[in-house]
Amino acid sequence: MIAIPPGGIDCDIHPAVPGLGALLPYLADHWRESVVQRGMHELESIAYPKNAPLTSRPDWRGAGGLPGGDLDQLRAQALGPFGTSLAICNCLYGVQLLFSEDLAAGFASAINDWVRREWLDPEPRLRASIVVPVQNPEMAVNEIERLAADKRFVQILMLVMGEMPLGRRHYWPIYAAAERHGLPIGIHAGSGYRHPVTGVGWPSYYSEDYANQAVAFQSALTSLVCEGVFAKFPGLKVVLIESGFTWLPAHLWRLNKFWRGLRMEVPWVDRPPAEIVRDHVRLTLQPVDSPPQHEQLERLMEHMGSDAMLLFSTDYPHWHFEGTQALPEGLPGALIHKIMVDNPRATYARLTEALA
Amino acid sequence: MSRHVIAATRDLPPGGRRVVTIKGRAIAIFNIAGEYFGLLNRCPHQGGNLGEGRLIGLVESGEPGDYRYSRPGEILRCPWHGWEFDLRSGRSRCDPARIQAKCFAVRVAPGEALGEGDYVLETFPVTVEENYVVVEV
Amino acid sequence: MTVQLLERRATQPAAAVKMAIADCDIHPSPKSMEKEVYPYLEKRWQRHLETYGVRPRQGFANGPAFPKGQPDASRRDAYPPNGGRPGSDLDFMRQQHLDPYNVQLGILNPLRGGQGVQNGDFSAALCRAINDWQIAEWTSKEPRLKGSVVVPYEDAAASAAEIDARAGDTNFAQVLVLSRTAEPLGQRRYWPIYEAAARAKLPVAVHAFGYGGFPVTGGGWPSYYIEEMVGHAQCNQSVLTSMVMEGIFERLPTLKVILVEGGFAWLPALAWRLDKVWTRLRDETPHVKRPPSSYIRQQVWVTSQPTEEPEPRRHLLDTIEWMGWDRLLFATDYPHWDFDDPTQVLPPRVGEQQRRQFFMENARAVYGITG
Repeated sequence: MIAIPPGGIDCDIHPAVPGLGALLPYLADHWRESVVQRGMHELESIAYPKNAPLTSRPDWRGAGGLPGGDLDQLRAQALGPFGTSLAICNCLYGVQLLFSEDLAAGFASAINDWVRREWLDPEPRLRASIVVPVQNPEMAVNEIERLAADKRFVQILMLVMGEMPLGRRHYWPIYAAAERHGLPIGIHAGSGYRHPVTGVGWPSYYSEDYANQAVAFQSALTSLVCEGVFAKFPGLKVVLIESGFTWLPAHLWRLNKFWRGLRMEVPWVDRPPAEIVRDHVRLTLQPVDSPPQHEQLERLMEHMGSDAMLLFSTDYPHWHFEGTQALPEGLPGALIHKIMVDNPRATYARLTEALA
Repeated sequence: MSRHVIAATRDLPPGGRRVVTIKGRAIAIFNIAGEYFGLLNRCPHQGGNLGEGRLIGLVESGEPGDYRYSRPGEILRCPWHGWEFDLRSGRSRCDPARIQAKCFAVRVAPGEALGEGDYVLETFPVTVEENYVVVEV
Repeated sequence: MTVQLLERRATQPAAAVKMAIADCDIHPSPKSMEKEVYPYLEKRWQRHLETYGVRPRQGFANGPAFPKGQPDASRRDAYPPNGGRPGSDLDFMRQQHLDPYNVQLGILNPLRGGQGVQNGDFSAALCRAINDWQIAEWTSKEPRLKGSVVVPYEDAAASAAEIDARAGDTNFAQVLVLSRTAEPLGQRRYWPIYEAAARAKLPVAVHAFGYGGFPVTGGGWPSYYIEEMVGHAQCNQSVLTSMVMEGIFERLPTLKVILVEGGFAWLPALAWRLDKVWTRLRDETPHVKRPPSSYIRQQVWVTSQPTEEPEPRRHLLDTIEWMGWDRLLFATDYPHWDFDDPTQVLPPRVGEQQRRQFFMENARAVYGITG
């Protein structure tokens, strides 16, 4: 077992919205009344069924079964045991699934204000991603502009599957705002469920939904590269969160190969996609879809072709490992400090900037 | 290095191409608007016959959505996987520094000059009135 | 003076192949529907084709959803000198492909055989005709070639009937379906196809492509052909996930599945992920009794093309090692543009035994063809 060195930066933890009621104080009047009058249901997504084993490690479930639902619990489970110096909160409440752009924008603001007040204010080790209404890029930009001055917001959060592939020009105002404010785009597993989670239709099982998240990340990466997002926004960084990473080398080999013969279709992609990805894209560590043998993971790390791409994460409270074994066997020793500290700092400039 | 006469210029007019074998090597010769180019007839990738590729223009881009088209007919696209090669340099578009198709110098010589020097004529009929395409191999 | 122009017909491959090889993905096309396929298609459906067209689950009447990188998605040098589409002339295929590469076993995968068209009856009639056509124009004339039973896969009962009708016919080596279907291929509505294939002792090949009516990604329609092409590997991963998690391999332990033309380097990482997800969530799929990777290791094969090209290329050998040299079947995809040349396809320094497995023995084992 590899011991976790103290002082690491955890780039993916999930505080949970305990319920719609918790957001009411942060909603605008009209939305607050709507929630009550219309009898709105909780916005939890089917991407993480509340009681599914993956959604929370058994020893991390609180009294009400809600993992990550209060700050003390999160301090005791997610921060303390790992010696974490800073952790980035990615709130997965299902704002991105709503069909009304206005409602989505209202809830995104409420969640961000709730995160700020209930998590960031009382706990100096916490940072957060800005939840945005991806349904409407203009409204998403407004939300970014509203919060960008607060340096505790270190990233913009999107889901890997939405209405259209993430490279499409439709989303570019969000990327422009991200680049302007030095905020990476964090793309988290999950879907707005506008389409089946696979290219071949709706699967039967949650197991398939979760397994296919890694497949969706491959498609999203293809889109970001081929649409020229990194040519248009050379300062932009993208972090794939809870994506897994063992699929990455094979995917880049394929993308590179097709680009060589088809590059005139996307002439703004003027160097091999794998190079672009290594310069602009980072991935969080957990879940590690690890090969059965440690030697295989070592080889795979060589296939990755970069030691700057992985960012430490526990993905708390999702259940990927036991105890504090967040670093998989076979991870080269020289990589550990980079993954735990150097790479997160290099990715999130705001982590090392003085707080305003 | 030797100079090989491969055709009379009237037999390889603008837009024409021909694959010849010289010293055991297949070489694709192209006439682009009166200029001649020669490439080894073998793509450095998987060996596709470059002599059967299409000639296209160069597409470059300043940013997404911008297509700058130039040099029509000067880029050879491998008939198999579509890799592009610059006829003037042999350099590939995808990795110009490392992946190149071998180039051969091609020029035109008058028939009267062919009697002199070290031209390899094989069994080729030459008249002084005509011009000839010559490849250096 | 005599004239001797220094020319050669520039179609022979770079290096002759001495080892006999199996090519598990060759695409034949009819020279003409009227001359070659109509004899096997009822008059009613001939009229239907002419009046309404094939109507796949995408919008263009005369071409694919995304314009291809080259005409007919084909090698530019694969057009037969006597005319017709690439892959439509047996003599030229022999001369350009089978003979110089020493292809001793070639599996035909007709891609425009009526699979996946919206009208189910028409789909069944076209598939039947294409199967007859494969025998008449290809396998009866060239013993090195074996056909695929193409089936109207959205109608599993009709597909099973077609498979039953062809069972025992040595003109066919496998059943062919496409990867992008109305629902993921592991789902119950398709099971009669697998049951019939297992009865007929034919592997089921899932060839990338087709139109199921959904975007090629879980996040919507991409803009470019390159994205669709790259996306076929993602679709194949989703198909395999579906087949494993629905329990097809547990249910039909003799079923063999071959994933065609989606590359293969993604397979080890997918198997690792499926094992991990299954370990955590196995109470959801009690019909999956063993780790997903163990089914894949025994009942699933992948064709090599388009072979991934890492730098350095030796990284690919790690990947093949992880999936097993016995899982991989060589395929060229002739006459299509992303063709793999057998003399170039493997990284250097692959042992003789592994080359034999890759180029021939695995194919013989999976198709049950002795040689």
